[in-house]
Amino acid sequence: MATTVVAEDTGRARPRLGDRVFSRLALAAGIAILAALAGVFIFLAIEGVPGLSKPAEFYGSATSFWGYVAPLLFGTVLAAVIALVVAVPLAWGVALVVSHYAPKSIATPIAYVIDLLAAVPSVVFGLWGISVLARELQPAYVWLDENMGWLPFFAGPASGTGRTILTAGLVLAIMILPIITAISREVFAQTPRLHEEAALALGATRWEMIRMAVFPYARSGMVSAVMLGLGRALGETMAVAMVLSPGGGISLNLISSSNPASIASNIAANYKEGTPGKIQVLIATGLVLFLVTFLVNFAARWIVTRSERKLHR
Amino acid sequence: MNRTSFRKLLAPSVAVLALSISLTACGAGNESDAAASDGSSEATGGLSGDLSGAGSSAQEKAQGAWATGFQGMNDGNVTVNYDPVGSGDGRTNFIEGGVSFAGSDSYLNDDEGELTAAKERCNGEDPIEVPAYVSPIAVAFNVEGVDSLNLDADTIAQIFDGKITSWDDQAIADQNPDATLPDLAITPVHRSDDSGTTKNFTDYLGKASSSWSYEAEDAFPVKGGEAAEGTSGVISAVSGGKGTIGYADESQVGDLSVVSVKVGEEYVAPSAEGAATVVEASPAAEGRADVDMAVDIDRETTEPGAYPVVLLSYVIACQTYEDQAEADLVKGYLSYIVSDEGQQAASEEAGSAPLSSSVAEKAQSIVDAITAG
Amino acid sequence: MSVTTAPVRTAPEAVSFTAARLPRIAPALVAVVAVAAAALPVLLLGWGPVAWAILSALVFLVALPVWAGVVEGRRGATDRLMTGLVWTACAIAVVPLASLLWTVVDRGLPRISSTFLTFSMYRTSLDQEVGIYHALIGTLLITIGAAVISVPIGIMAAIYLIEYGKGSRLAGWITFLVDVMTGIPSIVAGLFAFSVFILLFGPSYRSGIGGSVALSLLMIPVVVRSTEEMLRLVPADLREASYALGVPKWRTIVKVVLPTALGGIVTGVTLAIARVVGETAPLLLIAGLTTRTNFNLFDGRMTTLPVLIYTQNANPGIAETPGGTPPGVEIAWGAALVLIVIVMLLNLVARVIGRIFAPKTGH
Repeated sequence: MATTVVAEDTGRARPRLGDRVFSRLALAAGIAILAALAGVFIFLAIEGVPGLSKPAEFYGSATSFWGYVAPLLFGTVLAAVIALVVAVPLAWGVALVVSHYAPKSIATPIAYVIDLLAAVPSVVFGLWGISVLARELQPAYVWLDENMGWLPFFAGPASGTGRTILTAGLVLAIMILPIITAISREVFAQTPRLHEEAALALGATRWEMIRMAVFPYARSGMVSAVMLGLGRALGETMAVAMVLSPGGGISLNLISSSNPASIASNIAANYKEGTPGKIQVLIATGLVLFLVTFLVNFAARWIVTRSERKLHR
Repeated sequence: MNRTSFRKLLAPSVAVLALSISLTACGAGNESDAAASDGSSEATGGLSGDLSGAGSSAQEKAQGAWATGFQGMNDGNVTVNYDPVGSGDGRTNFIEGGVSFAGSDSYLNDDEGELTAAKERCNGEDPIEVPAYVSPIAVAFNVEGVDSLNLDADTIAQIFDGKITSWDDQAIADQNPDATLPDLAITPVHRSDDSGTTKNFTDYLGKASSSWSYEAEDAFPVKGGEAAEGTSGVISAVSGGKGTIGYADESQVGDLSVVSVKVGEEYVAPSAEGAATVVEASPAAEGRADVDMAVDIDRETTEPGAYPVVLLSYVIACQTYEDQAEADLVKGYLSYIVSDEGQQAASEEAGSAPLSSSVAEKAQSIVDAITAG
Repeated sequence: MSVTTAPVRTAPEAVSFTAARLPRIAPALVAVVAVAAAALPVLLLGWGPVAWAILSALVFLVALPVWAGVVEGRRGATDRLMTGLVWTACAIAVVPLASLLWTVVDRGLPRISSTFLTFSMYRTSLDQEVGIYHALIGTLLITIGAAVISVPIGIMAAIYLIEYGKGSRLAGWITFLVDVMTGIPSIVAGLFAFSVFILLFGPSYRSGIGGSVALSLLMIPVVVRSTEEMLRLVPADLREASYALGVPKWRTIVKVVLPTALGGIVTGVTLAIARVVGETAPLLLIAGLTTRTNFNLFDGRMTTLPVLIYTQNANPGIAETPGGTPPGVEIAWGAALVLIVIVMLLNLVARVIGRIFAPKTGH
């Protein structure tokens, strides 16, 4: 690390024209991103703030904005959590197979198929979710209701069509799997060969080598991958709108037919027929989602820095 | 390695560029030549240019049919674009001057000042609203062993309100002595997105039954129950579930069995004629200008053969446009929409119910008065 | 401890430097046994093939580590268990993916024809054939537009974060806000771009470039994040070697750092494109819908494949035969297949570029 600093210093000691132009360009790009985000935020604030305090009839069956947005927020977070819990271990498993376990002749096709899935449009995920996944899962929900109904998650009554928040979470999991896999795979593959060979030479098994050499090196990238996946899960619109059967309030029941909708899917579903006043309410929910994403990222960052300090890295 | 690396980039990127240019260089196989020769049989329009509209997604397929016919009348020199962004957004676009006409599942009102705003957009003149798309809404169900059901508005309302929960309920059995009704839970399916279909359906339940206490709204008012996105979502939820019942455009129900609704003393199955009949028999909305054909559908009609669960969708435009070409296009297109030919085309393509001749005639006379000025 | 145990410990180590290992065919052997063992309850209780597969996997995951634990010790058992779990994860992940792809190919393939690919939806009479050429062009142009906007900005921003701003407060904020940006719902991005363009060009302005701008809001975070990670992994030695030769910093970045990380960057860009190429909501708002082919990105409505899929599926029209598939649904699945094939080709091109550029080191 110390040597890098020295090297950077030498670079700075002789500022050339090319260097100055290039670094300004890079800075400009960074600021452009800030500006774009600020623009989105200002837009949301201007259009959405009036939606926070509309007369009660704008909020459907709820009486205030917070009563309206709370179930939506809950639904958004619940679906995203289900998606992450399912997708993250699977994605890391697949990434490890591609980068370390499988021979190249198998790894390349697997990687390719997974990448391909990143490209499937949300609409198609939605269509597939309704016509294939929900139908396949429906008997499983009935079984869960009958045999594990004592758990609050499976309190039932089981949905007749399988279009529950669990199904929506699983569809989201499949949608974010390729993103997490692809980035994790790249960072796993970047582990210096020397580190890996050193671990193996010391008698580590393959798993120990991965735990001691690959994971520490890739930690930051793995977190990034998960955060990108989380962002997609929180903001996904069309697939959730198509798969989920919304209308319920806050409930941990994962298999019934009235589920809390997600914020993004609610905007998509109700935007079309919205009058200007209702659209302000919808944009205000978008503002809430924006703030939640902000908080979630903040929390995640805090956890990561804390755990990194613990690991002396 | 480094010096050559960006030169190596050159070859593939040139290839990609060349590919995209070669793709973009030639138009679609059917445009220009084909279009001009095929539609020449009845080239009566002689118009040219682009016309843009936006609004109701329910109208999309019908608008496609009308655009096709209108483009054919004008030798393919005209292009009609219709963005199916939804009625609410379509009205907003129209009011802001973004499009020349709008398609809307409900007529303009002043609850949020839309009617006034539309008047301003049309230089202070009343906006034109003509019925363009009438579609019967079918109550479709999926119960094994039952092919047809007779239900009155009260029973339908209680089913969708969650008051009647089993298919062998007395209220259903009384009206269907011949059916073998199973002891099966009813799963009512409603639209999860806001829609004109829901508004018309709840309007029917509210007016024709005594057991529905909610207002007519774009969003389905009852909490809970199964919900699905769009007509296709409702249809796939109903056909995929057991003991399900839902409401959707009659043209889309496919194989599903539909409920015959009690009108007067009879039970009427959804049909195009029944829908057109009820529109004709319904009173005009109060306090409207001459050019505004807004109708309050008579849900309690006892007219023989009428089917009161219908979606009536309008086309909204101005009486005058500043630009002569725009005025000509709007006038030509709207008069094609309400003509026999246009209504027939929509019926073939989208399964809508053609307007009855008296409604169509009145609409035609309003549309014919569109001018530039 | 040392005196008494010493002779016992040294004896076997002197003979062999490797610990006891399971025979090479052990996993295969256990797999066969597991499948056979699982068959017993499956046949007795009449379960389906899915239950059989799950049961076999469970038996395998228990049996192999236990055997390894007996022969190789605890570390070996953990290794076997993790290997099994990793492969299982891969198998579980591939199942829905395969099902999805199969569904698309199965339902989309019958609709594909040369007419479908070269005709637009512009018709002058109802019996004419239609195709998706206009949407194909729209998707290509709008996506290229979005990539042209977001890839340079994204990569330059990542360079700033890693090479110039490292540790500065501004860089910290940018990294953080990029993460926040990933959670913008696509429809909000669309609404934002729509209102900006309406403000600038008047209410009737519809164009492909507006769609590109909305999409780049969604693309940029993916590009920045993946590029950043890849740049971070470029060994410091490489940079130092370059500086030591007197190469200025910007040339070091362009000629050493970027090429080294290129494979990963290309993957990130491909992912970003894949992320947005299927977007519907923002494009319907600002790029509208048309039946004609439009080559001008800056003026006029432009249809893209996802918008076409969504609208065709939402209003599919009526089937020719009662109970058949409505024409819109057929078109939607056909277009979905075409869209996936396009992205597949794009991915392939990106991989080839990545391979050409990857520095030829021993890695």
